Amino acid sequence: MKTKLSLSKIKVIRQREISRGVFILSFIRPWDFTAGQVVGLAGSENDEARLYSIASGELDEEVDILYNINPDGKLTPWMSQLNTADTLWVSEPFGSFCGSGEPAWWIASGTGIAPFASMFRTGLHKNKKILHGGRDLESFYFHELFEPELKENYIRCCSREYSPDVYHGRITQYLKEHPALPTNEKYYLCGSAEMVVDARDILIEKGIPFDNIISEIYF
Amino acid sequence: MPVPKESLLGKTKEELTQIAIDLGLPQYTGGQIAYWLYKTQVSSFDEMTNLSKKVRSLLSEHFEMGINQPVSVKESADGTKKYLFRTGKSSYIEAAYIPDNDRHTLCVSSQAGCKMGCLFCMTGKQGFQSHLTTGEILNQLRSIPERKIMTNIVFMGMGEPFDNTEAVMKSSSIFTAEFGFAISSRKITVSTIGIIPSMKLFLENSKCNLAVSLHSPFDEERRKLMPIQNVYPIKDVVETVQQYDLGKYRRVSFEYIMFKGINDTRRHVNELARLLNKVNCRINLIRFHAIPGTPLESSDEDTILDFQQALMAKGIVTTVRASRGQDIDAACGLLSTKELVKNKESGQVNE
Repeated sequence: MKTKLSLSKIKVIRQREISRGVFILSFIRPWDFTAGQVVGLAGSENDEARLYSIASGELDEEVDILYNINPDGKLTPWMSQLNTADTLWVSEPFGSFCGSGEPAWWIASGTGIAPFASMFRTGLHKNKKILHGGRDLESFYFHELFEPELKENYIRCCSREYSPDVYHGRITQYLKEHPALPTNEKYYLCGSAEMVVDARDILIEKGIPFDNIISEIYF
Repeated sequence: MPVPKESLLGKTKEELTQIAIDLGLPQYTGGQIAYWLYKTQVSSFDEMTNLSKKVRSLLSEHFEMGINQPVSVKESADGTKKYLFRTGKSSYIEAAYIPDNDRHTLCVSSQAGCKMGCLFCMTGKQGFQSHLTTGEILNQLRSIPERKIMTNIVFMGMGEPFDNTEAVMKSSSIFTAEFGFAISSRKITVSTIGIIPSMKLFLENSKCNLAVSLHSPFDEERRKLMPIQNVYPIKDVVETVQQYDLGKYRRVSFEYIMFKGINDTRRHVNELARLLNKVNCRINLIRFHAIPGTPLESSDEDTILDFQQALMAKGIVTTVRASRGQDIDAACGLLSTKELVKNKESGQVNE
């Protein structure tokens, strides 16, 4: 059965395992896109495409896809075995979870950081705060990008490991403890449904109008 | 740990026939098993009396029937019943039985939890736990006492059906199959938030009705209510529906929960009329059942009726869904969330 998302063949130019079971797959950019958009990826033209956020900047020559292996899935275990010059099927970019120049909080857990990496690499990071959640210290993908630029505006929330420069606890705990969250700024959320829904509830409880909360879910 | 046996509930007649052949049994045994699974209320192989003892023992050695009774049922004063089923180690799903004169509807779940994160949805607050198998979807009908009188099935319970498309398509085909529950495809409705690729698959391969959760015709507003709008905008969803000739009997409806001061204005009526201008469909207005921690409230009765009249005046068939089961946690996902929270608090669930 075919899902009808129109797919084109591309060649992998690089694949790196950046943490255990987490990869960045790169290919030459075949189209223009807006930071925050997604693409459908599949192993063959007739397979069901799965959606992944683009992690590279709008002007980068290569498209980076950040993903982790879902052991129950069909695509990611196969994708993780791809080498340079292997082929993959990719849709055109689409989606409207896109950044802007306004002051905002970017809140992400795990690989949900990908659209914000794209926005950051596109230069939208001025006047932004990143709240980045992960289980262990290895799971803050792209932290080397964010930290030097954003300094104290890049906050890592680690739930299972301790480090002096990292908040110990989940994103939701950080939001609960944070006394003053600006109510007139935008809050962009991306990650697991559980994190997105819980964080959104806390923000609303803290007086942020739901109009100012924009969520992207992974499915 | 013993490997769980494969369930037979959820298999098609062809698959059951193949199982019979693989076990060295006559081909017609597949049809006999299908009969016991889908046409009767038996819950053990021993009750399949037209199969020899040897065959029954062979089946129970390799398979389980896959029928699981609900763990609890709540009954409303209006006759609505909410059945709670356990799935996996620690998740719960709900099915709601809604009687209405000659019409008996079962609202089934397709996932334990949900990934879609809609602002107004209680199920979403559980996060996602698992996709239901075809057998687990069918079991919601097969295991309840009302199974024989059921006339309608709606996939409007927990989960997004088109995030579990294969199991939803297969279960709807067994609901309608002659060997299965033999419910007319016209009496089955699958409701989606609009995952376009799977929706196309459904429109091309099923004869069942489609319902789309619309809730706002405006992009910016809808994406604050429903994150899916970021990837599958409602305009594209409607355009996709328009591409299909659904014939005389297949119905497309758009579900519209009425939120006070948010999506219940004349501006919304006008935009809905513009959006659905060329679509042969109806709009189903729904009162919002408040859930904990939501900033949303239901529109009042007068506003809902005015909204209905205004849409009708624009030529759009518009109904208002009767609220049922308000005394038994009517909001979908509320009952199972309470059970999940209870188990978490008593330490039965590992977070």
